[in-house]
Amino acid sequence: MTDASLIVTDLHVEFSGFVAVGGVSFDAHPGEVRFLIGPNGAGKTTCIDAITGLSRATGSARLGDRELLGTPVHKIVRLGIGRTFQTASVFDELTVLQNLDIAAGRHRPWTSLLRTRRGVDPSIERALEETGLTAELATPAGILSHGQKQWLEIAMLLVQDAKVLLLDEPVAGMSQDERTATGELLQRIAAKRIVLVVEHDMDFMRRFATRVTVLHQGKVLSQGTVAEVQADPKVQEVYLGTAGAATTAAMAVVPETVAAMHQPEEN
Amino acid sequence: MTKLKPWISLGGIGVFAFLLLGVAPLVLTDHWINNLGKYCCWAIVAVGIGLAWGRGGMLVMGQGVFFALGAYAMAMHLTLETAGDRIPGFMVLYDPLAPLPAFWEPFRSAGFTLLAIVLLPVIVSGILGYALFKRRVKGAYFAILSQALAVALATLISSTIRQTGGDTGLSDFKYFFGFVLNDPANKLLVYLIAAGLLVVCLLAVWQLYRSRFGELLVATRDAEERVRFLGYDPANVKLVAFVASALMASIGGAMFVPIVGIITPAEIGAAASILMIAGVALGGRASLFGPALGAMAVGWGQSSLGSTWPDGWTYILGLLFIVVILFLPNGLSSLPARFAAARRSPAPPPPTPAAAAAELEGVRS
Ligand SMILES: Nc1ncnc2c1ncn2[C@@H]1O[C@H](COP(=O)(O)OP(=O)(O)O)[C@@H](O)[C@H]1O
Ligand SMILES: [Mg+2]
Repeated sequence: MTDASLIVTDLHVEFSGFVAVGGVSFDAHPGEVRFLIGPNGAGKTTCIDAITGLSRATGSARLGDRELLGTPVHKIVRLGIGRTFQTASVFDELTVLQNLDIAAGRHRPWTSLLRTRRGVDPSIERALEETGLTAELATPAGILSHGQKQWLEIAMLLVQDAKVLLLDEPVAGMSQDERTATGELLQRIAAKRIVLVVEHDMDFMRRFATRVTVLHQGKVLSQGTVAEVQADPKVQEVYLGTAGAATTAAMAVVPETVAAMHQPEEN
Repeated sequence: MTKLKPWISLGGIGVFAFLLLGVAPLVLTDHWINNLGKYCCWAIVAVGIGLAWGRGGMLVMGQGVFFALGAYAMAMHLTLETAGDRIPGFMVLYDPLAPLPAFWEPFRSAGFTLLAIVLLPVIVSGILGYALFKRRVKGAYFAILSQALAVALATLISSTIRQTGGDTGLSDFKYFFGFVLNDPANKLLVYLIAAGLLVVCLLAVWQLYRSRFGELLVATRDAEERVRFLGYDPANVKLVAFVASALMASIGGAMFVPIVGIITPAEIGAAASILMIAGVALGGRASLFGPALGAMAVGWGQSSLGSTWPDGWTYILGLLFIVVILFLPNGLSSLPARFAAARRSPAPPPPTPAAAAAELEGVRS
């Protein structure tokens, strides 16, 4: 199961006549941090919505030999596909532990719902350590920092034991240090899982992507390694010519050395 | 601290039970015991609304429907018990030879009646909830729909005067499962049953709120889509809370009948259903005690001020409602926490860098 790949072919999504995604194909394999980038409105989130059953789509999205399109949401979840949302959506009034406990609940019998939780699941402890949230165990999720909320979402996917993690802008609003930590976290968890990251931040993509697909107006503009994509004149045109200009300009200015300076002291 | 909290609440229920069951019968007159019994019935309904609305996010504006199921089941039984072998008085009034409608017949049996009080709301709310939640009907649509049902049921009862007593309702009950209702000792017994049931309902939601289900319910209320993507079906989670709240409304309705002595469509329609919500909002819909205490307070206002100064009472209730919605969205029960928070940090905390960065990011994208 873990070495199955996510293969999306000719994905189409229409919203009452408007083609949000028009024939997108890409694949993602375990062991790589796969990026899906593109300016706002390119159709990145819609791709994830289609794969997870939130939006109706045609074409194909397969995990191994399972077709995902047309499968109801809860079955897609049971196949081991987890996602985050563009706006961090954690349960604000519940503590970090309670959030994770709910995520872990899928594997428990329903009768356990009527009882009170005793102790902390080992899977939850592991996820807390992995995401550096151990100290926040009893903190209500609503008062976590923006970055911590996104880590909590990733931790929820980990306790859910997701084989495929579809992350929608996981570093939006994070400080440089937090971005680095998140990137390293993604590299660690990608070792045994499929990780697909939607981003429009080019700098983050450059530092942590193995392979990249660039979307523009619902179509694949370019695909390949970071270097290949960056050298593609079509990509440069889209990013320099339109709304993405600021992001790309920023990316050009940030040299690798700055990124290196932000590596955290530990490990 | 968080470990201790549920046990403090349990202690609170204990004190509440002691006051209702131990102290009140000793210090209150028969008249006030009867009134308190009525408030207890509304409080039982309110505890259910707190569960469905406060914790589950379903604005149940038509709890009068389930209140009616319990109330009319009980009222039909008491009417038949009072009539004995004869046809109930109000039916004879219109047609001396009228046969007893078929759906009345089973309510002669005490066992059937008790079963109906429990099963009718469970079945009706189960079917209704399943149909609505699976179709993802929520928010205002759900509220309006539930309210419309209460109106429809009240209208139906009003228009079927020969079968249900219509607007005059069902009244003049002499017996309550063999006990003579006129006897003050028996009235006290009925009060104690209502108060006891209120305590039981509080204990039930106390356990529910501290269980994993309670956490899942709050999670479903706040981020339904997220819950779905964690592999749960939010419809089922909401259904459980909705059915439980309907059951409580029915129990409240059933006890209302022997205590108040009359049930009419006015007690179950739109206005009555909204009044049930009002108490919950005042007290604090998501708290354990807020709904029950709020409903008792509104009930008290309704029966004291509401009868001596009806116009003024309407304004007072309206004003109170506006003040609470504007300044205390979590009801009066959030006041202590507000005070405590205000003493600890007089000024709101400055925005964190992360939040500011998020805003920047939002502007940029
Ligand atoms: N539910 C929807 N209904 C109509 N249009 C939508 C819907 N969701 C997305 N779109 C449109 O589809 C396009 C792609 O959106 P999205 O996938 O969110 O872009 P991205 O995530 O790349 O910024 C946008 O033009 C957006 O307005
Ligand atoms: Mg998006």
